[in-house]
Amino acid sequence: MFPKGVQGILDRYPNAGRDQLIPILQEVQDSMGYLSKGAVVAIGKALNLPASKIYGVATFYNQFRFEPLGKNHVQVCRGTACHVKGSGTVLEAMEKELGIEAGQTSRDGNFSIEVVACIGACGLAPVIAINGEFHAKVTTDQISGLLAEYRETEEQA
Amino acid sequence: MSTSITINVNGRDIEARKGEMIIKALERDGIHVPTLCYMKDLAPTGACRMCVVEIEGQRTLAPSCAFPVAEGMVIQTHSPRVKMARKTIIELLLADHPDDCLYCERSGQCQLQTLAIEYDVRQRRVMGSKSHCGMDFSSPSLVRDPDKCILCGKCVRICEEVQHVSAIDFTKRGSESLISTTFDQGLNISSCINCGQCITVCPTGALREKRSIREVAEALNDPEMTVVVQHAPAVSVALGEEFGMKQGTDVVGVMHTAFRRLGFDNVFSTSFTADLTIMEEATELVQRVTGGGALPMFTSCSPGWVKFVEQYHPDFLKNISTCKSPQQMMGAVIKTYFAEKNKIDPAKIFSVSVMPCTAKKFEITRPGMGRDGVRDVDAVLTTRELAKMIRAAGLDLSKLEPTPADTPFGNRSTAGKLFGASGGVMEAALRTGYFLITGNELEDLKFEAVRGLDGIKEAKIPITDDLTIGVAVASSLANAQTLIEQIRNGRDDLHFIEVMTCPGGCVNGGGQPFYQDEDAVRNRMGALYKIDMEGDIRCSHQNPAIQELYAEYLGEPCGHKSHEILHTHYTKRETTI
Ligand code: SF4
Ligand code: SF4
Ligand code: SF4
Ligand code: FES
Repeated sequence: MFPKGVQGILDRYPNAGRDQLIPILQEVQDSMGYLSKGAVVAIGKALNLPASKIYGVATFYNQFRFEPLGKNHVQVCRGTACHVKGSGTVLEAMEKELGIEAGQTSRDGNFSIEVVACIGACGLAPVIAINGEFHAKVTTDQISGLLAEYRETEEQA
Repeated sequence: MSTSITINVNGRDIEARKGEMIIKALERDGIHVPTLCYMKDLAPTGACRMCVVEIEGQRTLAPSCAFPVAEGMVIQTHSPRVKMARKTIIELLLADHPDDCLYCERSGQCQLQTLAIEYDVRQRRVMGSKSHCGMDFSSPSLVRDPDKCILCGKCVRICEEVQHVSAIDFTKRGSESLISTTFDQGLNISSCINCGQCITVCPTGALREKRSIREVAEALNDPEMTVVVQHAPAVSVALGEEFGMKQGTDVVGVMHTAFRRLGFDNVFSTSFTADLTIMEEATELVQRVTGGGALPMFTSCSPGWVKFVEQYHPDFLKNISTCKSPQQMMGAVIKTYFAEKNKIDPAKIFSVSVMPCTAKKFEITRPGMGRDGVRDVDAVLTTRELAKMIRAAGLDLSKLEPTPADTPFGNRSTAGKLFGASGGVMEAALRTGYFLITGNELEDLKFEAVRGLDGIKEAKIPITDDLTIGVAVASSLANAQTLIEQIRNGRDDLHFIEVMTCPGGCVNGGGQPFYQDEDAVRNRMGALYKIDMEGDIRCSHQNPAIQELYAEYLGEPCGHKSHEILHTHYTKRETTI
């Protein structure tokens, strides 16, 4: 069986063709948090497109992810202001600390990283958001401690 | 209205045809422009821009593969500006390329390397960061090494447009883009049907076959093992190309000698079991036509096609002949009849096959392809791998004395040899099928309608006064797909359909020598038909070795023993990605 939510979305696009692919992918991701294998296969069947084509299109855009979000979701802003203030090294440090790349979820499911274009908090650059909470003027040596806070919260809960 | 126009190339007037791309006119006139992404029978993408030429009045250089001719056009194909542009493209491609030529499988036959030499790229002017993607060894048939990929897109296109499979595609973008499978999974669990056509079009070492040379060499060095080799019909008419011989040269005799020099104990011909396949398959067809059974019946000798049906058309599995392929039939009779007769423990036989095909490496791993934990076939070498082994052993094919194959599995009819060309199985089956139904021999053995390079060939063959059978021959899975769709939509005039996964049949298989001009396939095919024309025994049922095998061991075609060792079954596959 196809994932229920996906089928529901697909039902709303009868006779969909290739040009509806992106909106469908967006809706599925919005409702499920990511594009699962089952979802990609189901979309492929509905649109009569090979799964490889769908995966190819989806990976072309940064916005799609293929793993469920972690319990703690880290968004690293890569807008211009943050970039100038060194968000690149912040992202690198974050990836190193968690052992995953942007778009991935750590094996224990605790953390996921996403790169976002501009959070609109340029005054706080470089800025990251964890579970929607903003952290301003982040430096690379803060990262480990910052993540530990969230990790601890998780363990106490 | 005349369709011919005149264009001026490098100061000479040449003829061109209205509407064609510049490159076609150049090719006919013998002017070679380099290409990396151009595919003759498919629409141009203009992706690599290696083929650029200078057109008078155009500000920028134009890709000749994607730019149509026009009356009076004035073109320069090798001006300094053009050559510089091409050289720059090569340098940029190399900037992101591993310096691995010395160790590279494709070295010597790599188009990127050849171009770098032709355009005199002697130093690294552009330094890019090299990508490291990791290799994919998961497939039984292919190895992918994306670091050596230049993103020409040919593999993606042949997989989608010619094979209707789409196992791979471009993923990501910009400097990160690479060819990958869905969810970057191993090719072994993707929808790849192992045909190797992507290898044959790849200009670099990014795609190659999974090598089995080492296993074979180990077996040859093991004194305990009886190492037996079989060679498929399409191998002997192509192997010579690897040694600079004229296309279409049949090297079967010297190849036998080379096998013996390499240390193989017995040399057999897969064309013999092609004859056996015909006996079984023609009998099966007659049974289905006269006794009821799923029709049309499809051939089963091309493992890529079989996997394709298992994945995408499981409702047609009952239509596929239950006969094992000639490779597997040979494996089976070697490890049963031959082993018993020569009192060898089947576990002490190492059975090697040389195939024009990469999917055959997958086929030997299928369930049901052996008995008591012993596989029918232990290792598959492609034609290219055999050439490597022959070279590594220091053998000069042109100096060897030809020898015949061993008895009894070296005796073939020429019908068995025809298996190597698209339409060949059909022709062989018709010759024997006619005999089985009518008891008479055909007067004219040639079925012109099923020969040649067309993707789909059809004929209506009158057998008796009230039986005419409809046959079709498809090569490439996109063509097979077309037939399947027609049948789904109610077409019911076909009884028997031959499907070969590779365009043109096994002569153009994914394990064959690389070639640069399309005549190679035609010439290999021509060689097979010539062998048939000159043959003494041209029908499978007339092969005395086949008759003997039935008399001594198998009983009758499609009988009990046959079903036990020569037939198989298929199962639906849930490969959707
Ligand atoms: S693919 Fe070609 S250029 Fe690249 S390492 Fe191999 S032989 Fe050299
Ligand atoms: S081997 Fe055939 S099916 Fe597999 S990726 Fe290559 S072209 Fe596609
Ligand atoms: S793998 Fe080969 S054929 Fe495919 S895009 Fe790369 S270079 Fe081209
Ligand atoms: S061959 Fe013409 S653009 Fe690649």
